[in-house]
Amino acid sequence: MRRTVRDASAAVGRAPLLSALSITTIAFSLFAFGLFGLVALNIRAALQQVEARVEIRAFVADGTDAQALAAAAGDIGAFPEVQSVDIVSKDQALTRARRELPEFSDVFESGVLPASIDVRLKPGFRDPATVDSVAQRLKSYPFVDDVRYGEDWLVQLYRLRNIAGVAGLVLGFAFAAVAVIIIGATIRMAVLARAEEISIMRLVGATDGFIRRPFLLEGFAKGVAGGLLALFLTWTGMHLIDRYLHFHTVFFSPWMAALGVAAGALLGVLGSAVAVGRHLRAL
Amino acid sequence: MALKEVSLRVARGEFLFLTGPSGAGKSTILRLTYFNERPTSGIVRVSGVNSEHASRREISKLRRRLGIVFQDFRLLEERTAEANVAFALEVTGTPRAQIGPKVSRVLTQVGLASKSTAYPKELSGGEQQRVAIARALVNDPFVLIADEPTGNLDERATRGVFQLLREINAAGTAIVMATHDLDLVRSTDYRTIELNRGQIVYDSTDTPEPAA
Repeated sequence: MRRTVRDASAAVGRAPLLSALSITTIAFSLFAFGLFGLVALNIRAALQQVEARVEIRAFVADGTDAQALAAAAGDIGAFPEVQSVDIVSKDQALTRARRELPEFSDVFESGVLPASIDVRLKPGFRDPATVDSVAQRLKSYPFVDDVRYGEDWLVQLYRLRNIAGVAGLVLGFAFAAVAVIIIGATIRMAVLARAEEISIMRLVGATDGFIRRPFLLEGFAKGVAGGLLALFLTWTGMHLIDRYLHFHTVFFSPWMAALGVAAGALLGVLGSAVAVGRHLRAL
Repeated sequence: MALKEVSLRVARGEFLFLTGPSGAGKSTILRLTYFNERPTSGIVRVSGVNSEHASRREISKLRRRLGIVFQDFRLLEERTAEANVAFALEVTGTPRAQIGPKVSRVLTQVGLASKSTAYPKELSGGEQQRVAIARALVNDPFVLIADEPTGNLDERATRGVFQLLREINAAGTAIVMATHDLDLVRSTDYRTIELNRGQIVYDSTDTPEPAA
């Protein structure tokens, strides 16, 4: 292991320019991927905010017994899909309507709006089919007059979400493929720069594993360095956007950032393995 | 160059010349012996390693017991003479404490003890070939395979390198040497095999039925 580390660091030391070039290439490939990821992340966050507002409102017939209402609310709260249940009385409904639609505040009179049970669903249960199934169950209560949840709007939202998801997947795959190809080419260059050394190693009886190890370590180190650099560039980019365009963005969670650097390391190791493997097979 | 119907056996401790015009198949025979190429038909056996089912790992292990020397030396330019020799030990996992003494022993053996810290470009052709021979010897090979080792050297350096190879052979290491230099071949009575167009046209031992 010590020899592997020594060989790998000697290799970087002997060709500092080439090493810097591979690190920068890895960094910029991952940076492009990272920026794309950031855009996708922010679109998703925005959609999630909209989604969080999905609410099912079951209007209750006048004169419903408060106890029956409370019991029903307890039942509904126990549905696995349900996050929260609120009972909104006629007065509360009026107050809310006046607050939300101030221009019509003089139109609303006491007793005009019905009481309701407002249901919010847990994340992951806000798709049109689940919302509809919960709405149907609410309808089955005898005192429920009507159930509303903005069907058209919800279907549109989900269509948008699916399009964004598919586009993100395809673009993300394309970006990742480009990154892999570019990184693979850079590492291949590093391997070719040491072709003679490798051929001599083979001639004096070094095993494939022995030859491969320093390259894998080098690839790993370059991948991590490139990943960290990409993370820094992405972070800087986000702050510039935040400061000069006043566009507040969500950044990767520490876990996602670590995953990004790990992806860099993996790309470095795999790129090296492929490049060295191809080279070794030819010897 | 393709070989046809070539059959020969090299005995332990033997010195064998392979001669013949360019493209006769000398280098091909040598590459077959260190398994850089495998025969499309027939078998190559070197110290129990068989070309029909040798794994890459077995080949690596075998090469540690072979010394290989080329016309163009194949030294690493950015390493000193001793580092070039040590390289052969490092990559085969020799403990570090043993590397120094082994390297200085072989550099002394090839007459380059005083130039151990010189880089290849600071050495003459003959000296570079001696470094390459030292690298080939450092793992105590049972055979030294030399492909035109004097091909790039002037007459004086040629004689020096050849003398070194004879000494190595006298100490018990077999040598298989491909060469164009007929003067060198004629100056000794070592076994000589002449190749032409991939076939053996002359073998000085003239064995009636060569095996393997």
